[in-house]
Amino acid sequence: MSRALALRLEPYLYAAPSLLLIAAIMLVPLVTGLSYAFHDLILLDPLSGDFVGLDHFREMLDDDGFWTALRNTVVWTAVSVALQFGFGLILALLLDRPFPGRGLVQALVFLPWAVPGFLSGLTWAWLFNPVIGPLPHWLHGLGLLATPENILSDPHLALWGPIAANVWWGIPFFAITLLAALQSIPKDIYEAAAMDGAGPLLRFRRVTLPLLAPTIAITVMLRTVWVANFAELIVVMTKGGPADATQILSSYIFTLAFQRLDFGYASAVAAVLLVLLLAYAAAVMVLRHAMTERA
Amino acid sequence: MNKTATHIIGARLLHALALAAFVAFALFPLFWLLKVSLTPDDLMYGEGVRLWPSRVTLDHYGSVLRHSQFPLFFRNSLIVSAATGLLATAAASAAGYAFSRFRFRGKAWVMGVMLVSQMFPLVIIVAPIFRLLSPLGLTNSLSGLVVVYTAFNTPFAAFLMQSFFEAIPKDLEEAAMMDGATRFQALRRVILPLTLPGLAATGGFVFTAAWSELLFSLMLNSSAAVSTFPAGLLGFVSKFSVDFGQMMAAGVLALLPVGAFFLLIQRYLVQGLTAGAVKG
Amino acid sequence: MATITLSNLSKDYGGGPVLRGIDLEIREGEFVALMGPSGCGKSTLLRLIAGLEEPSGGEIRIDGRRVNEVAPKDRDLAMVFQSYALYPHMTVRENMSFALKQRRLPQAEITRAVEGAAAKLGLTNLLERKPKALSGGQRQRVAMGRAIVRNPKAFLFDEPLSNLDARLREQMRYEIRKLHRELGATSVYVTHDQVEAMTMADRIVALNDGAIQQVGAPQELYDQPANLFVAGFLGSPPMNFVDATLAPDGALVAEGQTLARVSPPAGLAAGTTLTLGLRPERLALTDPTKGSAVRVDVVETTGTGRVVHLALGPQRLKLFTMDPRPLAPGDVVGLVVPPGAPLLFDPVSGARLS
Ligand SMILES: Nc1ncnc2c1ncn2[C@@H]1O[C@H](COP(=O)(O)OP(=O)(O)OP(=O)(O)O)[C@@H](O)[C@H]1O
Ligand SMILES: [Mg+2]
Repeated sequence: MSRALALRLEPYLYAAPSLLLIAAIMLVPLVTGLSYAFHDLILLDPLSGDFVGLDHFREMLDDDGFWTALRNTVVWTAVSVALQFGFGLILALLLDRPFPGRGLVQALVFLPWAVPGFLSGLTWAWLFNPVIGPLPHWLHGLGLLATPENILSDPHLALWGPIAANVWWGIPFFAITLLAALQSIPKDIYEAAAMDGAGPLLRFRRVTLPLLAPTIAITVMLRTVWVANFAELIVVMTKGGPADATQILSSYIFTLAFQRLDFGYASAVAAVLLVLLLAYAAAVMVLRHAMTERA
Repeated sequence: MNKTATHIIGARLLHALALAAFVAFALFPLFWLLKVSLTPDDLMYGEGVRLWPSRVTLDHYGSVLRHSQFPLFFRNSLIVSAATGLLATAAASAAGYAFSRFRFRGKAWVMGVMLVSQMFPLVIIVAPIFRLLSPLGLTNSLSGLVVVYTAFNTPFAAFLMQSFFEAIPKDLEEAAMMDGATRFQALRRVILPLTLPGLAATGGFVFTAAWSELLFSLMLNSSAAVSTFPAGLLGFVSKFSVDFGQMMAAGVLALLPVGAFFLLIQRYLVQGLTAGAVKG
Repeated sequence: MATITLSNLSKDYGGGPVLRGIDLEIREGEFVALMGPSGCGKSTLLRLIAGLEEPSGGEIRIDGRRVNEVAPKDRDLAMVFQSYALYPHMTVRENMSFALKQRRLPQAEITRAVEGAAAKLGLTNLLERKPKALSGGQRQRVAMGRAIVRNPKAFLFDEPLSNLDARLREQMRYEIRKLHRELGATSVYVTHDQVEAMTMADRIVALNDGAIQQVGAPQELYDQPANLFVAGFLGSPPMNFVDATLAPDGALVAEGQTLARVSPPAGLAAGTTLTLGLRPERLALTDPTKGSAVRVDVVETTGTGRVVHLALGPQRLKLFTMDPRPLAPGDVVGLVVPPGAPLLFDPVSGARLS
């Protein structure tokens, strides 16, 4: 083999194991999974398997469960990400200035990130359980609940349970990313702004935020997609109930596939979710591009 | 005391209070988990919502370790997570190295595919993966989980490793290549030893992710003999949903390895993300 | 020891040529400086020789053998990097042993070679240290040591001294020269510093914009630069360039004053506009009545003498003088251009005419 050819091939050799694995275990199954969306595929039903074209998508239009889940997905994702981001930013700003014991404090506040998702779901479900958890009693004490009962069994309130768990679990991610970005801002920029007479609030608005904006845009985008797909907390805490009141699209897909065993329809809903997420990601990228172009 | 001094002390106090609130919020649920796991059964309902029980016991841990399958689940999880950590880190290092050191045709495309692979609902591929692995005998097996988890975690791990490699000057491997090493030898003898913190952080990250995974463990492995901790714990919860003490003891046990791992590597993880964030 | 031959070598990263038509023969045992401004392609040329980059066209031969397809590790060249590129996780001894271990030499031989090189460079006491625990100058020596233990066919240096302070730089310049004399090894030395090139090299290759401008001994380039680029690059303070016209009698007239007289070069018509190159140290001062009248603008004292900035109409000149006469800004003085001092350049092509 000639050296020129070997040189040309070298990067592909390094990337090959990862690529083959991802192609075999993720991409090919994704294509298969998407093809199910156009088939009538019910597990354990030997008569199913026919090509049904767009039937599943038509069915979706009249499916209340789908529309509820879509609405919930928006609420779940928007509220979770907004709160994770807000608290994450505050935490990052608090950790950005030196103080004694910072290393330890940082390790402790980031700890929830290491807690497995299902375990945070269980833990928060227990915290909301009036028998062994304090939260219902505290909420009652604060006058937020008429009686100390489990909000997870109240269709109007249940979604807040997984959201609380999600916020707790996701703050560290934003805090770590934003802290990293903050620490990459050269300190002399602040000093220059201070010399120009800018107070702390003005410095934050005029210096910190604009410099963080690119990191913020990309992090929020990736996280939004991730949270929208993240069904584990809901599956563990409410199973989508009571009465499907807390289904988001990804948990609804889970229920359709593994409780109703309707893989065809589940895949169709998944395809819709995938398209929505890709459209959202593309929109964010275009917007970010437009904004950096203008600046 | 003049006005600015009061001001500064006030600001410090506010800073400390705010941080204390964050620490309390982060630790309270874990504290509660621990507390219930130590509460004796007879006090469970009477003192259920007290901050600390009047008596503590290790009984729940005893029964979890002796009379349940948790030690088996624990062992399974340990094997799967460790193997996934090693394999994914190895594959991701190679890919991350290619991303960081080479310009090649299709690179943007490859990286884009890896990014998109992190964006779709994994539920959609459960059934196809089952169909793929079943004829190979990789369902109801620990190896099957290792393969699947390695694939899932490689993309992010590759981006993480890439940012660690970017922090190491190219000159070093070029020097080694001038000194008679092939590129691969330079990577092994010079670059990888310098990336040890990055390898540890990436391995720890993947280990944690594999340790936490529930969906595929549940769907691919139905036999208890090859169940991982999350699936086992969930099964336990749905079967004995009132034995809170034991459930939480099991939860604390599930948390120990990842918690310890995380405290060890979190510093490097912040470093890796810093490098990544700087790149934008 | 080796000869290195480059024929019609070119490099393009995809955004236009970075190096074009490079032809160069580096002789056995020679010390050649690649000199040019930042971004002119010096490092690229060195890396092509090293094998760290692939040429886009042309040929590289070492001792007559074509090496375009040979991997860097098999070219048997040693390189000293600007960043030193010491392996941070290895001690000085391990750094210096790396290449020899790579060649699977016996341990005893490695120890002997490393300790010999260390002694030559005054590193004996530092052998067990890690690079982190060394000063910049010591790191530089280790980088040199790592190259010389190997006894390679040739040494490649990429601005090895640019991270040192002025004094250390001067000392290392001398030591590298001395080492070269002892080892007699073919060396290619990249620098953007004309002083380094002038003081160290047997021959200088002046590079600009990806092309060789001139190759020759330092004094040759200094006295007979091929074009405006080379003329302006060498010398400090740099050569003055004055726009002038050639009169029929061979007088060079600038701003209405005759600066010098030359026997007009063949083929050059009277009335032609020329660029006159005047070395500051070749110019002299006299009374305003005896030379061309110029006004003193600024006077800088250097210790050995003075650099005088002069205004000739709208044009500016610098002059280096050890003449102690009192000079103040605004004074009008006479400028003397000795015969033979002016170099004539074509103002359009930049090529030297005389
Ligand atoms: N890997 C690369 N890809 C694209 N362009 C490159 C690459 N390396 C160098 N160049 C370009 O080639 C030209 C020459 O670069 P080179 O590093 O050889 O310059 P140099 O003479 O060594 O400059 P300096 O004195 O600043 O080190 C520059 O314009 C540079 O931008
Ligand atoms: Mg250079």
